[in-house]
Amino acid sequence: MDQTPINLLEIRNLKKTFSISGGLFSRRLTLTALENINFSIRKGETLGIVGESGCGKSTLGRCILQLIAPDEGQVLWLGQDLTRVPAEEMRKRRQDLQIIFQDPLASLNPRMTVGEIIADPLRTLRPELNKSERRARVLRIMAAVGLLPEMINRYPHEFSGGQAQRIGIARALITEPKLIVCDEPVSALDVSIQAQILNLLAELKDEFGLTLIFISHNLSVVRHVSDRILVLYLGRIVELATGDEIYEDPKHPYTRALLTAVPIPDPKLARQRNVDALRGEIPSPINPPSGCPFRTRCRFAKPYCAEKRPVLETIQDGRLVACHRWREIGVPEDAVLGH
Amino acid sequence: MKHVLDVQDMSVTFALHQSEVQAVREMNFTLAKGETLAVVGESGSGKSQAFLSIMGLLARNGRASGHAMMGDVDLLALSAGELDRYRGRDIAMIFQDPMTSLNPTLRVRTQLAEVLVKHRGFEQKAATSAAIEMLERVGIPEPAKRANSFPHELSGGMRQRVMIAMALLCQPKILIADEPTTALDVTVQAQMLDLFKTLTEDFGTSLVLITHDLGVVAGVADRMMVMYGGRAVEKGTVDDLFYDPRHPYTLGLLHSTPHIAKRAARLDPIQGLPPSLEHLPKGCSFNPRCAFCFDRCLEERPPLIDTGNGREKACFYEGPMAYGKVA
Repeated sequence: MDQTPINLLEIRNLKKTFSISGGLFSRRLTLTALENINFSIRKGETLGIVGESGCGKSTLGRCILQLIAPDEGQVLWLGQDLTRVPAEEMRKRRQDLQIIFQDPLASLNPRMTVGEIIADPLRTLRPELNKSERRARVLRIMAAVGLLPEMINRYPHEFSGGQAQRIGIARALITEPKLIVCDEPVSALDVSIQAQILNLLAELKDEFGLTLIFISHNLSVVRHVSDRILVLYLGRIVELATGDEIYEDPKHPYTRALLTAVPIPDPKLARQRNVDALRGEIPSPINPPSGCPFRTRCRFAKPYCAEKRPVLETIQDGRLVACHRWREIGVPEDAVLGH
Repeated sequence: MKHVLDVQDMSVTFALHQSEVQAVREMNFTLAKGETLAVVGESGSGKSQAFLSIMGLLARNGRASGHAMMGDVDLLALSAGELDRYRGRDIAMIFQDPMTSLNPTLRVRTQLAEVLVKHRGFEQKAATSAAIEMLERVGIPEPAKRANSFPHELSGGMRQRVMIAMALLCQPKILIADEPTTALDVTVQAQMLDLFKTLTEDFGTSLVLITHDLGVVAGVADRMMVMYGGRAVEKGTVDDLFYDPRHPYTLGLLHSTPHIAKRAARLDPIQGLPPSLEHLPKGCSFNPRCAFCFDRCLEERPPLIDTGNGREKACFYEGPMAYGKVA
C-alpha cells in the first residue's frame, strides 16, 4: 500500500452517480454528481471547495466521510482505502474524520441537552470512558469553543444560530479528529457572528492541529480561510491551486467568471469593476454538455471544446487546471479584483 | 429633490402573549426618484418589518404608527382595500425566496397576466403578451416557452426573475427588494444586480434593497441606512459609510465582512450577539458590544442626529475609531 506521510487524505478517480426518477412513466435517469475527482490533502492545511449549487461540493464532502458510498475510486486515509473498510471499522475511523453542517439548529437533536449532544460521539467511539471522564472532556471542549460551563444542561432551542454552531463544532472536536469537513458552516449566520465563527475555526485549527475541508459557495469566505482552493463545475474539478494563485492568476475561465461575480465590499472598486457576468445558468447534471462541461457558458469556447473533454493537467507546482485553452487565454485583461 | 417616499416617525409594534415588542422605532427616511437605498442590518434589526408595514403586510399581531407618504398618500393610514389601489401599481415588493411568493399551482403566464388584468385593466390576451415581453426584458431566455412553466420547473435564478418581472409589470415607482439575491449563486446574483442597475437607470424606479451583504450594497446602492435593534443608527451615502463610518456598529460590520482581495489573518468581528428586542439594553442598544462605549452610553440613548453633508448618526462617541486594538 502506498503511504505518503504528508498526504493525510488522497482521493483517486472518485465517481458518484445518483439514479433519479424521470417522472411517473419514464425510465430512471442517471445524474453524475462527481466524476474523475483526484486530489490530496496535506496534514494541517485548509482546502476550500467552491462551486455553484449542484456542482457536487457537498456530495464530495460526504463521499470523503463515507456518509455516501462513492460508485468508483478510492478515498485513501493515511494510505488506507476507506471505501473498502467494513462498516464496523469505519465507525471507529470516524473518530479521526468529523463534519460540521450548515444549519446548526437542524443538526442538533432538540431533545438532548448540550452536554449530551457533545458527549454523544464518545459513547460509540470511546466507550471505555466513564461518566465523569466524559463530562470533563465535554467541559474542556465547551471552553475551547467559547461556551460557558453552565450551558451544559440547556437545550438547543435556547441558543442562537452562532452559539448552536459552536455546539456543532464542539461535537465534532470531542473525538479529537484529525480532519473536519466544514459544509457551509457560516452560511446561515449573521455577518458579525460569521466572523466570530471563522476566527474560532482558525484558532481551533492551530490549537488542535486540525486539517480542514471548507465547503462554501461564498468565495470571500473560502479565500479567507483556505490554503488551497478546489473549484468544481458540474461534478468535475476545473481548477486546483493555492488561494493566492486562484485569486491573483486564475487560469480557468470559470474560476475567472466566479471571481468577477463576487461582490466586493468597497464601493469604488465595485463601480470600476468589469463584471464578466456568466451568461445563463448551470446546465443540468443529468444531461451535461458534451466535451468541456463549461463550454456552454464560456466566452472563450471554440468548436473543439464540444468534442473533447479537457483533462485535468498539472501545470506548475501542483496547480491543476482542466481547460483546452488556458495557455492561450492568458491573463485577464481587466484586473479581476482591481488591486 | 422630490421624494417618492417620505417615511416619518414610523414605529412597528407586535403584541405578544402578555407583552409587546417594538420591532421598529421612530424610523425616518426619504427615497428619491431613481435612487437605490440599501437598508443594512442583522437578523432582528427591524429591516424587513419596517418595509412589510409600509406594504401593509405585517403579521396580524403587528401594528404600525407614523407616516409613510407616497406623494399625498399616507400608506400607513390606508385600509387593506385602499392599499390594493397602490400596491403592485405604485409600490411593489419582492422577497428572498421566490418559491414561497409564487403560486405553485398556476403557470407563470397566468400569474403575471393577472397583475395586469387586475391593476391596469388589460384584456387577458394583451396581458399575456405583455407578460411575455417583460420576461424577456428581465433576461429570461425563450420567454414564451418559460411562461408556460410552473414555478417548480424553473431554477432559483429564473424564479427570482419571474418575481421581478411580476413586480415590474405595472412599472411601480418604488420597488422594495428584501434579500433578493441571498439564495442565489454568485454568478446569478451578479446578473440580478445588473438587472437592478438597469431598472433604476432606465426606468427611473426607486429601489430599496434590504440586505445583510455589504458586498451587494457596495455594488448597487447610492445611499445606505444601517439598522440595529429596531433603529436606524447611521445614514449617508455608500461611499461615506464605507470609507468613513462614524457609528461603531457600521465599522464593526465592515470589519466582519471578508474581502476577497485582502486576506487577513483574522477578521475583526463585533463581539457578542445581536440584542433581543424584548430586552434591549438601557442607553444605547449597541453598548454591550461596543468597543468605544463610555459612561453616557450606558444611561442615555443617543438620538439620530444630522452631522452635516447628508449624514446622520446615533452615537455619542466623537473620537477617532481605530479598530482592532480595543475589541
